[in-house]
Amino acid sequence: MKATTLIDVTRCTGCRGCQVSCKQWNQLPAETTRFRGTYENPPALSPITWTRVLFRERVHRGKVEWFFAKTQCMHCTDASCITVCPTGAAHRTPEGTVKVDPNRCIGCNYCVANCPFEVPRYDPTRNAVRKCTFCYDRITNGLKPACVQTCPTGALQFGDRQEMVRLAQRRVEELKAAGRTEARIYGLDEVAGTAVFYVLAEEPAVYGLVQDPQVPLTATLWGIIFKPVRVLAVAGAVVAGLLARRQQAEDQGQERGGDL
Amino acid sequence: MKLSRREFLKCSGAGIAATTLAGLGQEHHLAGSGEPLKVHYTREVSTVCAYCSCGCGLIAHVRGGEVVNLEGDPDHPVNEGALCSKGSSLLNLRYMADRNGRLGHNPNRLTRVLYRAPRSSQWEEKTWDWAIARIAQKVRETRDASFERVDAKGVTVNRTRAIAHLGSAAINNEENYLMVKLQRALGLIYLDHHARLCHSSTVAGLANTFGRGAMTNHYIDYRNADVIMAIGANTAEMHPMSMRWIDHARRKRGAKLIAVDPRVTRTAAVADIYAPLRPGTDIAFLGGFIRYALEKELYHADYVRMYTNASYLVNPDYSFQDGMFSGASTVNGKFTYDKATWSYQTDAEGNVLKDETLQHPNCVFQLMKRHYDRYNVGTVCSITGTPQEVYLKAAETFCRTGAAGKAGTILYSMGVTQHTYGAQNCRVIGVLQLLLGNMGLAGGGVNAQRGESNVQGSTDQALLYHILPGYLPMIQAGSHPTLAAYHATTPKSGYWTNRPKFLNSLLKAWWGDSAQPENDFCYDYLPKLDGRDYSHMAIFEAMYRREIRGMFLWGQNPVVAGPNSRKIRQALSRLDWVAAIDIFETESATFWKAPDIDPSAVETEVFLLPAAVSYEKPGTIANSGRWIQWRYQAVPPLGDAKDDLWIADRLYKAIRAEYQKGGVFPDPILQLNWNYDVPGGEGPSVDKVAQEMNGYYTATGALVPNFTQLADNGSTACGNWIYSGYYNNLELPACKKRIAEKAGIGLHPDWAFAWPLNRRILYNRCSSDETGRPWCPDRPVVWWQNETWQRSDVPDFGWLSATGQPVTPEASSRRPFIMLPELQGRFFSAPMADGPFPEHYEPAESPIRNILSSTQVNPAAVIYLSEMSKLAEVASPDFPYVATSYRLTEHWQSGIMTRNSPWLNELMPNLFVEISPTLAERIGVENGEPVLVSSIRGEIKAVACVTPRVKPLLVGGKELEIVGMPWHWGYAGMSRGDVTNDLTPQAGDANTAIPEYKAFLCNIRRVS
Repeated sequence: MKATTLIDVTRCTGCRGCQVSCKQWNQLPAETTRFRGTYENPPALSPITWTRVLFRERVHRGKVEWFFAKTQCMHCTDASCITVCPTGAAHRTPEGTVKVDPNRCIGCNYCVANCPFEVPRYDPTRNAVRKCTFCYDRITNGLKPACVQTCPTGALQFGDRQEMVRLAQRRVEELKAAGRTEARIYGLDEVAGTAVFYVLAEEPAVYGLVQDPQVPLTATLWGIIFKPVRVLAVAGAVVAGLLARRQQAEDQGQERGGDL
Repeated sequence: MKLSRREFLKCSGAGIAATTLAGLGQEHHLAGSGEPLKVHYTREVSTVCAYCSCGCGLIAHVRGGEVVNLEGDPDHPVNEGALCSKGSSLLNLRYMADRNGRLGHNPNRLTRVLYRAPRSSQWEEKTWDWAIARIAQKVRETRDASFERVDAKGVTVNRTRAIAHLGSAAINNEENYLMVKLQRALGLIYLDHHARLCHSSTVAGLANTFGRGAMTNHYIDYRNADVIMAIGANTAEMHPMSMRWIDHARRKRGAKLIAVDPRVTRTAAVADIYAPLRPGTDIAFLGGFIRYALEKELYHADYVRMYTNASYLVNPDYSFQDGMFSGASTVNGKFTYDKATWSYQTDAEGNVLKDETLQHPNCVFQLMKRHYDRYNVGTVCSITGTPQEVYLKAAETFCRTGAAGKAGTILYSMGVTQHTYGAQNCRVIGVLQLLLGNMGLAGGGVNAQRGESNVQGSTDQALLYHILPGYLPMIQAGSHPTLAAYHATTPKSGYWTNRPKFLNSLLKAWWGDSAQPENDFCYDYLPKLDGRDYSHMAIFEAMYRREIRGMFLWGQNPVVAGPNSRKIRQALSRLDWVAAIDIFETESATFWKAPDIDPSAVETEVFLLPAAVSYEKPGTIANSGRWIQWRYQAVPPLGDAKDDLWIADRLYKAIRAEYQKGGVFPDPILQLNWNYDVPGGEGPSVDKVAQEMNGYYTATGALVPNFTQLADNGSTACGNWIYSGYYNNLELPACKKRIAEKAGIGLHPDWAFAWPLNRRILYNRCSSDETGRPWCPDRPVVWWQNETWQRSDVPDFGWLSATGQPVTPEASSRRPFIMLPELQGRFFSAPMADGPFPEHYEPAESPIRNILSSTQVNPAAVIYLSEMSKLAEVASPDFPYVATSYRLTEHWQSGIMTRNSPWLNELMPNLFVEISPTLAERIGVENGEPVLVSSIRGEIKAVACVTPRVKPLLVGGKELEIVGMPWHWGYAGMSRGDVTNDLTPQAGDANTAIPEYKAFLCNIRRVS
């Protein structure tokens, strides 16, 4: 199976169990923060903060709304970090996730500069880039990622991509039926599909998510100019395969239906 | 045979298993390379979260005597592997991660015995032996100098009023039990703890409505609800796991969530309906629901007729006028109600006269209708500030659960309890739920969401001045001078008729062979009260007056958590000695380091003893749903820290040694039945304490199966009758059972033990109709079929006759509330101090005159107007805003655990104050800037959080700004800030003196 996490923001209560359980499992130290007029903290991802919940509020048609959305590495299919990494430290795992091997990372920061979601962060003390590993140790030992396991409401779900897409589609249908006309899946089409994708009830920017993520031109150029053609061909085949599989999954999902 | 961890745990009933592989709920298998897992080859130990009262299970992975991982237990039915931010951070109570990803011990943990000498400005390290001996000496000196053998009327009282004890809801049941036993044997009556401050009004309000003062259902049961209303409960933040089951109900049943709160909280953010209300107007809000349900005939008529006292005829002299009930009088300068007219009409034999047609003008139903007739939507919304269309939508949605086949539940916590009419706030919820027929149903009930992980248990063990374990009333010198007099006040009907068995068994447990029928089972060894208040606020008033000389602060931090805490710091500095027991340095143990205290002027000797955290010791805790769960010890306490059971045991033994040399009335101490040592053990055995609490036959020592076997003749001993059954065998005590339900309505009867008698849904006779058919056939609890009672749950009524035959539905249909003498739920409740019906009054500090009557404040409220304790006048121009205090998901109570947890400080680093954009503009402050918030009692600094989530409300025709503040901060620990409770008033509930933290007047200005 291809490891996938579905973030259904409509079921998130902003408790941030995910933020702490990530630190707990990965033994990441706390950051020193200050209250800046929002519950959201730390202010950004960092070498020691691999996931965080965005808190956004607005007054919409006279109603006060408060949105919570977890962010983390999206584990993209068309992953700029892999494209631009000169050493192969950023690589795709057999489970379809994106990992950075700290032993091969030379701290060049190309991935930092090119990620459409601004995820990888450079750790000067290690001269290496760090980010969410998709709890690779856990998922390859039969466990859910720490953040998914800890989520009280089920806003985070982990499983096979086909099943997650099906869940997401059903949820979007429910939301639309309940009058949430902006409901959508985020991460199916963006950057050729991401292994972490969302159910949103509003457009991404409302939650503080990247509205229209694009693989930067620099990353593409880098790939064209400097990477061996052979690698491109392989990567292309992988992307094409994934896309085909995704389409297949969606078709099956629509046919099968099932319980959310 | 190879067993998985789950199977092993189930077979052995143990919570400790050796793992060969992760075993954390293996559901997904990936064919990847399989990186090494840090929990490989660790020992798994089952534990329960130390924070809120959800009672979530965790697995501690232990290697080499240290915990390497602590995460949600996927087998645990409450959380199924999930945890909130606090639960996920439990490792921080012992460890911190460094930059290199290594875990080291938390440097702030107390690991040495500390002592602060008079006038000193620092701690010095001491040994346990020295400190325990010195405390014992201090106890004896203080006790002997103050001990009262008899009162002015010559009644034996055997008490001391010079020593006080506070705490704790954060420690195990068995530890609390020993503490109560020790302190009562010493003669303490100033005995209180967290429960006073969080839910004392729940106990008074619910016990006087239904018979018991606890949450009636449990967290998992929320999944059975059709409508869930959270009022005064920010459940998503304070009890995050509740949202798991609310989410379940919403997805599977299409349930609706209504959030009623002054602010848009994280609960309100995800609710279907959000209704704002002004802090302190819950009775108006819900009184309007009562009127709405009556007017629109949405109430459950059959249920009301059968299961409540609606049909009872009330004394014709009972009256209610302009906010005052009949019988108002003043005795010794103190307002009180003479309750003579708050009575039922009876016939010559004393039987209550009833009218089941509910038409008699003096029946409870008609009186209630008249009482709430004034609570029309216009009046209510003018008081609460709720927009009318939102109010009507909420009322309609919730009152629709009055139909048979529907279940609505109300969740509440401190927004309801912490008011000068807190107990009546709880009552009005109970009245509404009786009216709608929601009590006893799966998915119904009044769910008082208790705060701390074991505050239900610490309340059950009676760390409260006014009760003894198991809610036996504490002895009053006036009405209970002798054991016979105590027993003469036993209720004449209902299950409390068994009370003498419970008290006599308690005395037998405490004084063993010394307790004999001839000496009234050592009844006189217990201290007696004199009718006065000895609760939290009274303690610090007496301390300020220098009447109290010594104090135990056992896992409680009143300097941050008590109302008007500046005065609390001053009061502490007037003591001779303080013995604090805690896991981190608290503001209370370091009151002499407070910014407003000069240590060189403080004579107090302070001891600070290091205690164990939750996973460093074994024992049980009771969650809010009354589930008593066993927590196993994962690792030994850090450094020199010791568990509270060990500390209580050593302390008792040292005090006993003091009194073996002589002293004032040493008998209760020397004869105390205290024998918890086991051969080869280093400390007391928690299992032995548990067995004493469960109860045993005194002749054989065999454990009693449950409280139905207790006797009043000395043949049984039982430390807490409602816990009887929780540890009634040595092989697999019920509190250690871990078998989750496979199919059913989520009661999980074989997971742990719920008091009483393992009942999961209280008052469950009400779940079916007169003929025993369930109101909700899709989620039946107890129902009549095939000439007998079918049961998902243990029936909570007399369902078997003395000969063991099932009692028919008809015969039991008027007797569902067995703990009340009426056996029927009370709309009209005479024992309340401030009126048989809940009535709206304004908070002690209010921006407006009471719109409903000219009685401004609850006339029976407990209000302290003394030195350093003032109240702002009504509509004070100096304090024009309404302030309310609250808590956050990421911190816990006085913050002493969470502010020493770096992972949580990262999320919520500073004290802040939430204000509306309009108020921010008025005072010229930007989001994130520092501000000063003041009340008539003090001023504190905080960071402004300017947010549309706080909105001015239209109250009495005027726009009123609300100011909201968390109260987790203080001057100790890793994250520091001002003490919010420097601002809160010393005004308390009429029934329980719970302080009014939730509504007071303030001002706010920018820091210039």
